[in-house]
Formats: sequence, C-alpha cells, structure tokens
Amino acid sequence: MTAPAHAPIARRVAGFIDHLRLNDFAVGPAETQAALTLIDRIGPLQAAQVRNGLKILLTGRHEEWARFDDLFEAYWFARGRERTAAGAGSPHQRAAATKPTIWSDHLPDSAASGLGDARGGGDTEQDAAGEAAGRIVASRQTAVRKADLRHVADRDEIAEAERLAYRLAAAMRYRLSRRFSVAAKGPKLDLRRTIRANIGHGGEPITLVRRARPDRPVRIVVLLDVSGSMKLYSRFFLQFVKGLVCEWIDADAYLFHTRLIRVTDALKDKDTVKAMTRLALMAEGFGGGTRLGECLKVFNDRYAKRALNSRTVFMVLSDGYDTGTPETLVAELTRLKKRVRRIVWLNPMLGWRDYEPITRAMAAALPLIDHFAAANTLESLAGIEDDLGRL
Amino acid sequence: METVADLKQRLAQVHYVADDTLATALQLALTLKRPLLLEGEAGVGKTEIAKALAAILDTRLIRLQCYEGLDANAAIYEWNYQRQLLAIKASEHENIGAAEIEKHIFSEDYLLRRPLLEAISQDKAPVLLIDEIDRADEEFEAYLLEILSDFQITIPELGTVTAKSVPHVILTSNGTRELSDALRRRCLYAYVEFPDPERELAIILSHLPDIEEQLAVQVARFVRELRKEDLEKAPGIAETLDWAAALTGLGLKTLDQDPDAFQSSLICLLKTEADAKAVTREVTGRLVGHAA
Repeated sequence: MTAPAHAPIARRVAGFIDHLRLNDFAVGPAETQAALTLIDRIGPLQAAQVRNGLKILLTGRHEEWARFDDLFEAYWFARGRERTAAGAGSPHQRAAATKPTIWSDHLPDSAASGLGDARGGGDTEQDAAGEAAGRIVASRQTAVRKADLRHVADRDEIAEAERLAYRLAAAMRYRLSRRFSVAAKGPKLDLRRTIRANIGHGGEPITLVRRARPDRPVRIVVLLDVSGSMKLYSRFFLQFVKGLVCEWIDADAYLFHTRLIRVTDALKDKDTVKAMTRLALMAEGFGGGTRLGECLKVFNDRYAKRALNSRTVFMVLSDGYDTGTPETLVAELTRLKKRVRRIVWLNPMLGWRDYEPITRAMAAALPLIDHFAAANTLESLAGIEDDLGRL
Repeated sequence: METVADLKQRLAQVHYVADDTLATALQLALTLKRPLLLEGEAGVGKTEIAKALAAILDTRLIRLQCYEGLDANAAIYEWNYQRQLLAIKASEHENIGAAEIEKHIFSEDYLLRRPLLEAISQDKAPVLLIDEIDRADEEFEAYLLEILSDFQITIPELGTVTAKSVPHVILTSNGTRELSDALRRRCLYAYVEFPDPERELAIILSHLPDIEEQLAVQVARFVRELRKEDLEKAPGIAETLDWAAALTGLGLKTLDQDPDAFQSSLICLLKTEADAKAVTREVTGRLVGHAA
C-alpha cells in the first residue's frame, strides 16, 4: 500500500509487513506489533538502527536475510526492486489478480506441447484459458497407464501420477526418527522405565525394559531435468516430484536446465496455484539446454552438505542429453556418490524401444549409478516402487 | 540496556569484535527477551558470540550441544538410577511402604539436571547456548519450542518447574537441516557472515596483540582471498588465528618472506586433503600478490 509519507507510522509499517508477506515472508500481525514496539524503542529517526532491527526481527532464514535490504529500499525509498504486486485492493484481491496470468503464461505451454511436436509451444489464447488440457481428455481416456507420457496431458492422468508418487512415498515411508524406542529386544536397558517397572518388586530389577535403535528414515533428494529435450515429460514429472516432496517426511527437490534451482519450498506450498506460480517464476529458462555436469557441481558446492546424508537416495530424472563435457559429469557424480547411499537415475528414453544409453554423458555416468530405470509411462514409474522400497 | 555502541565496546573488551548488525541483534535479544537464532557457515564465530555474551554479562554459559537422536533425558533431566537403587536397597530392612520409598527416591535429591533444566533453575539469568540445533530431530525441536515459549518444564514425579530467571537463549545452526517455521518465528534471526578484512584484522589484533601489524593486515587479506577459492572447507576465524600465531611463531614479518615456511604453515588453514592439494604454490603466489 502506498500510503503518503505523512501517514501515521503505524500504517506505513503495516504496509511494509504486507509488502514482505507478498514476497513470501512468514510475517503477520504479531510481527507488525513487534516492529512498532521496536521502532518506538529505538526511535524512528535512527534509520540505520531501525533497519537493522527490523531485519533481525522480521527475517527467519538466510534467503529472507539476503532479500530484506532490497525489499526495505523498495518500500521505504520506492527504489531498487520492483514490488511484486503494485495496485489497489486488499492483498488477496491483488494476489488473485496477478497469479492466474503468470500461471497461464508459463504452464499451459508445457501442457499444450503434449499434443505433439508439430504443434510447438505456441501461447494461444486457448492455452491461456487453460482449455488445452481439456480438449485432450476425451481422446486419451484409455490405456493411461501404458501410454508414453509424451502423449499424456490430461488432468486425470496427472492426478493418477500424483497418487502413484504418494504410493511410492508410502512404500518407503518411515515415521520413527527417535534414536531409541522401547522394544522387547534391544541392546540398551531403559533404566528409567526399568526402575519404574520394578518398584513393585522392592527394587529388584526383574522386569527389564529395553530400548532399540529404529531404522532411520530414508531421505530423498530429487533433481528434475526441465530442459528442452525433457519438455514433454517435465510437467508430468513435476507433479510426481511434488507428490514425493509433500508426502515424504524428508525430501528435497531441485529443477535444472542450464541452472539449478531449489524448489522444495515452492512445491510444499499448500496453495497449488501459488506453488505453480512460484515454480514458473523460478524456472525461467524452462525448456533450454542442459548442463548436467555443471548443475551437479552447483548442487555439490552449494547444497550437498545440507541436503545429503548417508541415508539419502539421490534421484535424477533426466534423459541424459548433456551439452557439457562427460568428464565434469563423472567427476561430480563421483563426488556425490561419496555422500549418498544410492544414486537412482530415471530416464524416460530408456522405455523407448531400441534405446541404448549411448549419449556420451549417459554412457560415462552409467557405472556410477546404482539403479537405472525407465520412466516414460505410469506403469514403468510404478515399477520402480519395488526397487526403491527395498533400499 | 545500553546502546549498540556500548555493547560493541564491551564485547571488544572480551575479545569479540562484532559488527553493527550483530551487536544490534544481541541488544534486541537482551531487551526483548527473545531467543536469537544465528545461522552461518561453520567457523564464522557463532558459538563464540554466546561465550562473549556470558562473559560481558558475568553469568554462566550453559551449553547444549545438539546431535541426531538427542532426547529429553539428555537435554532436560534424568533420574540418578544408581543412587535410587541404593536407596531402595538401604530401605529394605526398615519396613517402609513402597509409596513412601517412591516419594523419597523421586525427590530433588535424586534428580540430575541436564542443560535445559539447569538453565531455568539459575538465580541469575544464564546464557543458554543451544548449539547446532539443526542436528537435533524434529521432535526435539518441537519440544524445545514449548520450553522456549513458557520457560517451564514438567517433571511427572515432581510437578512443574518454573524458571527462576529467564535465560538469554542463543541458538546456532549450520543449515544442515531446514528448521521449522514455528521455531524461526519464535526467534530473532541473524545471518553471520565471514568478517570483512577490517574486522578480521581487528579480531587478530585483539587476540594476538604482539603480532606485527603489517603481517596481520596481510593475513586478513590473504584469508579473505582464500575463502573466495573453490574450497571444500573455507577457513574459519579460529583457523585464521591459529595461522597468524603460527606465522608469528615462525618469525615471519611478511607473507612473502620465506615461501617454504609459508607453504608449510598452510596446514593451519586447509583442513581436507583435496583443499591441501588444490592450494598449490602457484595459487598461494597469486593470493599473496593480492594480499600484499
């Protein structure tokens, strides 16, 4: 809200909090109150201190910390970064007004491409209205599970894929994450419970209560290729990855083409439209070339330490067409392999008849992959459930 | 509480050189009585902040080191089982009822205070350092959240223990796991970066007052350049201090004085085999050029 400069400070501050919220900060009325208290305490004229103080109060993670100064300047000095949603009305109205446009700009493109290569990815008005997917439904009701996903663009089938991802997640699901739990057999005595159980025996430890170490949860990290060659699959796979991330207690997801982007938080967003909008904005350059090796390097450098542990299944969804050198890819996969339990590579092309993993990158990477499977139909995707369940 | 400048001054007296942002964060945590969550790479001095804060407030530092599988027994309290068993044995011949024994053995005498209970049982508010919270499980994080909002702990056998004084809580995280939004919202937040060369120089001079100033300047610049290299483990402030001390010990006055001694001193900074191999003489030559 662009309140005039002479407006009471409370309104300006409330507007600022609103501005942060529009930019995905987790702040609410309680923060407005705290911010006003803080400004009151420091004195509104101590600009630098107020700014530092608000930054400390209103941010909660590194990403927010890094963006705060830009957002602060944009709001208070009306310069720097463009505000996300300028305009009148309540935040909700504004949000509703902006989102569908962005959504339609980016996504139906990939849905429309499901029609076939000949059509290309034109942004027609019908696409923007979201009708493209609807038209395909009728003709492709049957044989969903066996259809190559290149030819799938129907809502039900995508929903089916999401359910499959959920089942996949359920097969490997793991709830307990405590170090020990009470068990009939176990290496450790639970002294607290043993004492309790034996007070009736005058303190003689007759009934022994033991603790055992439960299996640890498997962590899943997915890298999804959204480059041009994967275009016909990426929308579908995105749903699959969303299923994994939302159902799994411990999953992390990234998109890559020429760059690598972490999308876990965007996928977890409960508001689907908002989630897809965020994704679309993040994935600018969707459909370009692939730099597999370099993206893995970025992952190794920036995210590996936080994202991986010895119980990680690292999953790559890609056709392996790489414009970089195979050497980089091999070097980065070798680095990666030291940190994870298994590397699983799902390749849609593998399901094609007569396909051999002959691209140089794929051939070089093959010895480092623990499980190499096809993923071009729902059925093939369901087929990997058993393999993953056994990890 | 005093101004940010005063706080910086007092921190400097205990050899902690803070920048404005960090000092503001500490001051707000003290005045608003809210926990402060510090994130940043390993080695930027997050844990040291808690120690410095305890030193200037002249109070106890109680530290809870988190790890995967940390549970309430290790973090809050535990009964002293050995002594309880002894007490039960000793009372066997005295014809005392089980209820009486139970009341006796579950009294404060047999209670072992772990860091969290200890922290809320102090007369003078201590600094409670919850180190590497990202290593603990989600369950523990949820439990912690409850304690941090109420500052009270319920022990089934004894009842609720309310804080005598509200501790100054500092949490640190290296970002190995994503923390919950609930915890983040509960805390004030600051991201701690590696210090700029001026601040690192001030840190070196503060800890090693005898060092040649020219050498200290070069050390600070060299380390900054080194952190820009593609290393597996960037050197932290503690490594810088070790290295500066080592160089002084070797009798160097400038970095380019004795290349052999210089190269071998790098073991203070480079902590993995790959890094040691990657930083060759050519690389150090280039970096020294930048630093001189």
